[in-house]
Amino acid sequence: MKRCLQVLAGIGLGLILTTNLYAREMVQIKGSDTLINLVQRLSEVYMEENPGKFIAITGGGSGTGIAGLINGKCDIANASRLMKSKEIKQANSRKITPKRIVIAMDGLSVIVNDRNPISKLTKDELGRIFRGEVTNWKEIGGEDMSITLYGRQSNSGTFVFFKEAILKADYSQKMNRMNGNAQIVEAVKQDVSGIGYVGVGYVKKVTGLTVVKVASASGKKYISPLDAEDVKSGKYPITRPLNQYLNGIPKGAISHFIAFELSEKGQRIVEEEGFFPIPSEYSDFNNKNLGM
Amino acid sequence: MKMNKFKEKIIHSLFFFNGLLVVLILLGIFALLVFTALPGFEEIKVTEFLFKSHWNPTSYVKPAYGIVSMLVSTLMVTFGALLIAIPLGIGTAAYLTDLASPRVREIAKPIIEILAGIPSVVIGFLGILLVGPFIARLFGLHNGLNAINGSVLLAIMALPTIISLSEDALKSVPKSYTQASLALGATKWQTLVKIKIPAACSGILAACMLGMGRAIGETMTVLMATGCAPAMPKSFLGSVRTMTSTIAIELGEVPYNTTHYYALFGVGLVLFVITFIVNMISDIILHRHERKTR
Repeated sequence: MKRCLQVLAGIGLGLILTTNLYAREMVQIKGSDTLINLVQRLSEVYMEENPGKFIAITGGGSGTGIAGLINGKCDIANASRLMKSKEIKQANSRKITPKRIVIAMDGLSVIVNDRNPISKLTKDELGRIFRGEVTNWKEIGGEDMSITLYGRQSNSGTFVFFKEAILKADYSQKMNRMNGNAQIVEAVKQDVSGIGYVGVGYVKKVTGLTVVKVASASGKKYISPLDAEDVKSGKYPITRPLNQYLNGIPKGAISHFIAFELSEKGQRIVEEEGFFPIPSEYSDFNNKNLGM
Repeated sequence: MKMNKFKEKIIHSLFFFNGLLVVLILLGIFALLVFTALPGFEEIKVTEFLFKSHWNPTSYVKPAYGIVSMLVSTLMVTFGALLIAIPLGIGTAAYLTDLASPRVREIAKPIIEILAGIPSVVIGFLGILLVGPFIARLFGLHNGLNAINGSVLLAIMALPTIISLSEDALKSVPKSYTQASLALGATKWQTLVKIKIPAACSGILAACMLGMGRAIGETMTVLMATGCAPAMPKSFLGSVRTMTSTIAIELGEVPYNTTHYYALFGVGLVLFVITFIVNMISDIILHRHERKTR
């Protein structure tokens, strides 16, 4: 009987503690599939250093994360694209003021199978390929082989970013819509005729792929997204910041975690995960948005 | 005695309400779909929605809301799946009822039931890692993200339903039929094809229809394994994008109460109507058959 009571008391105490934990220190993060591994790693190290803090991360794509922030379903939205003005208006109408910070830089990498001799392309060629205007590799100096396109689904920030930065029109209707960066990597590894685009953090340790060098126009220098300096300086033509959106200037646990992400240690983890640390102009931008 | 009657009444009404609840839920779902889909048609023409093949609500230029290519995709994978699953399923059921020794049956039955319990994501994985590359090699393609892949996977998922229900149907054929047939000198094969299967026809048909329902509504597997390119499918060797995967992909990020949102409910409504018709037809056939055999 006594034992039974002890157990019950223990369970009760545990419940109180966990509910408190949830009420006080739980930070909900949602969104970009490109950012999920990086932020997961950041949060793991952070939680190890700060016992009692708890961070929950889910994916679903930038669109899903931003929708979550607007609907009040998460504290931080990971986004590999910028919020659209329509979305900001929606957020404002629900009394949410999105604040953007940049936590890492990404050289959006175009990948082909390593049995494909193509190793460099211009921005213009990329646009023509993904718009479906070029359908055979021989038209751009490759082998006589039809091109298979691999892209993301419309809830992905990378899908939107690539469309707006490179295509400036709709994707080919024939593009396969894959369910995440990892699936594109897997598909292009198996498909000799494939071409796809993923965050640079997904290609560094993978074999069987060629990371295509990209030039901003024909006659310009071809640059690889694996070159840290060129991505940081923005010389790589498809450089993009990876963002987090918050509701207003953060306080408490959220602000503490963000400070960790932007710290030297946090930025070292960014590099370990294959992305690039933020340049100083973005640090200033972050400080402004964080009210520092 | 009075108490007993009272109890009877309570139980009677309880079951009545249970039955009623199912009907209400069904009507509720239907009403929700209709009322959420309707506002979309202020902006989308019904003829565009039903007869155009171009679907691109987040277009850079001009949103398009035609569902034909999705509809064709769904029908392609479903019929592909049935083409594989029905012969295999009925064959397995016939083997289990007629030929298998009790031991084999004891082992095989639970295994088939386990097959029904495999989550669709896992089947999708199988499609990406195993079935896809195999199909690609078989047909000399660059990749295996196509309608055949989806069909094979959906067939795997529909098989347990078809096998178990067909087996039940075959088992319920009166023993006297079989014995009479065998006594007249028919072989086992003739008995099966000419007597047992026709006698169990209604049950088998119901099994196939239920299997079809499973295949039409399946989402995750086709989402992962068919490539999901929105273009109008040209052959079974090309990528397809079903109605279910379109809803699953787009509903997560769509802003509430926009035309795109309503249009997705419209797609759901079409899907609902299709499954409704499928079930209705199977029901009518079942009843007709019952009357005939009586």
